[in-house]
Amino acid sequence: MELTREQVEHVAMLARLGLSEEEIERLRTQLSSILAHVNMLSELDTEAIPPTAQVIAMQDVVAPDEPVASYPVDEMLENAPEREDSYFRVRSVLGYET
Amino acid sequence: MEYEAVIGLEVHAQLQTRSKMFCRCSTQYAGAEPNTHICPVCAGFPGVLPVLNEYAVELAMRVGLALNCEIVSTNRFDRKHYPYPDLPKGYQISQYDLPLAVGGYLTIGHMGEERRIGIIRVHMEEDTGKLLHRRGDDGEVYSLLDLNRAGVPLLEIVSAPDLHSGAEARAYAQKLRQILRYIDASTGNMEEGALRVDANVSVRPRGSEELGPKVEIKNMNSFRSVERALDHEIARQLEVVRSGGRISQETRGWDEAAQVTLPQRRKEYADDYRYFPEPDLPPLVISDERRRQTQGNVAELPDARRDRLAEQYAISAYDAEVLTGSRDTADYFEAVVARLGDGVPPKLAANWITGDLFRLAKGEDGDLSGSKLSPDLMAELVGMVHGGEVNQGSARLLLEDAFRSGRSPRALARERGLLQVSDESQLSGAVRRAIEENPAAVEDYRGGKKQAIGFLIGQVMRQTRGTAKADVVRTLLERELAASD
Ligand SMILES: [Zn+2]
Repeated sequence: MELTREQVEHVAMLARLGLSEEEIERLRTQLSSILAHVNMLSELDTEAIPPTAQVIAMQDVVAPDEPVASYPVDEMLENAPEREDSYFRVRSVLGYET
Repeated sequence: MEYEAVIGLEVHAQLQTRSKMFCRCSTQYAGAEPNTHICPVCAGFPGVLPVLNEYAVELAMRVGLALNCEIVSTNRFDRKHYPYPDLPKGYQISQYDLPLAVGGYLTIGHMGEERRIGIIRVHMEEDTGKLLHRRGDDGEVYSLLDLNRAGVPLLEIVSAPDLHSGAEARAYAQKLRQILRYIDASTGNMEEGALRVDANVSVRPRGSEELGPKVEIKNMNSFRSVERALDHEIARQLEVVRSGGRISQETRGWDEAAQVTLPQRRKEYADDYRYFPEPDLPPLVISDERRRQTQGNVAELPDARRDRLAEQYAISAYDAEVLTGSRDTADYFEAVVARLGDGVPPKLAANWITGDLFRLAKGEDGDLSGSKLSPDLMAELVGMVHGGEVNQGSARLLLEDAFRSGRSPRALARERGLLQVSDESQLSGAVRRAIEENPAAVEDYRGGKKQAIGFLIGQVMRQTRGTAKADVVRTLLERELAASD
């Protein structure tokens, strides 16, 4: 399971990660071996096992529609890289004002 | 070559729950300070656990059932990944290959012009936060993030590509909103963003089964802009293909001010959502019993109610359509009818409600929230008109007065002297005066110009400020003119 350099760059772009040349190659090798490891699962015969997205035997976990108090705004913004009034301030995503 | 347009709509509707989809932060954040209705769950902090809102599922099922869909028994949630700051987790919890409801329809048009528009799927997901884009003193552009809306329950309702014009798309969207409101699923308010309509538009040679390259249209903020944007886009695409060009698959935004669709910036991450099952939410299994229970909570739907009102109260199909525009107006009409005296036709009540009352209320769909005219008072007024106690013009004045004051139309009529006078002794003075003061008209009448009596009737009406009953006045005048001949 050898990942290509393009695949690593694509995944990095989707995750908004800027990678150096050296990092791309290092991650390509590491991710390839992680994938190879997980791929061992496909060696198992799963013919008789129904597909599932869950491994815990739970279903229908719901809560009633009853609001409770939210967190204090200062607490929520405490770890924000930047804040302005009670907004999170982030880098521009549009490049222009609205 | 003849072409036809093919349109499918994707509608997002906020569900009317009190708390959010996966946490219990309140959804009543309108007008609140930014980020005051958030918690670690809806703000996407690491290590938190979402718990599904039971009532959001109930409302979503109502929508599925009201749209004649099959409810899927085993539901699963998936993560849809895309990087954008208004999506704090970096993914949206949505439903991908196992949506809640599939394969339904809704009906647009009426009276022989009905068309069924297919519903492909209805699925549950969560809303995003809101971004504001600003420019700092140093000229640098930055964004401000408010997460109050993040995590509000959202339904995505996807239609089949069964629509062929802007007008049809508008009719579909309006019908959908009407249904959502009837079953209390959503406010459907487009201006507030509780209902958002996106469209996929393509053109193809008429009779062809294949779809042309589709263009996604966004940013349509009212039903009117849905119709205009799509008609504009259809015309644009027809022009391209007729001049031998090709339509490129793209996303365009409706520019309301310029009344054109314009290409939107390409999203570099387009369509690489890397869906996978949401491991934090166990499957949701909907039993037959549960489905039946929810079916019982789906109120009488607009079309059924329209047809029932027309039949039960012998009102026109048009009136029935207008009265059932919203559940509130239909409830109002039925409450008025229940209070009408014996022999007063519901048709008369329908006329007054769809005519003068709606004109005063002015709201779209006849929103009556500003009216003080209770069903009791409306029934009283309609009864007075039917019994000839007031004429049309006076009834109109009374309706307007009672609409604002909430007072009894009969009491108002008495106070303002608007009750019709049919008592001969009360009218004879005015009749005699009209004859005395208008010798020329009297002479004309006696000279054979019988139509001159119209002028004299008018004089009596003027003296009585319109409250005299015209037929009584005519009889009295004829008698008086003959007697003094
Ligand atoms: Zn929350």
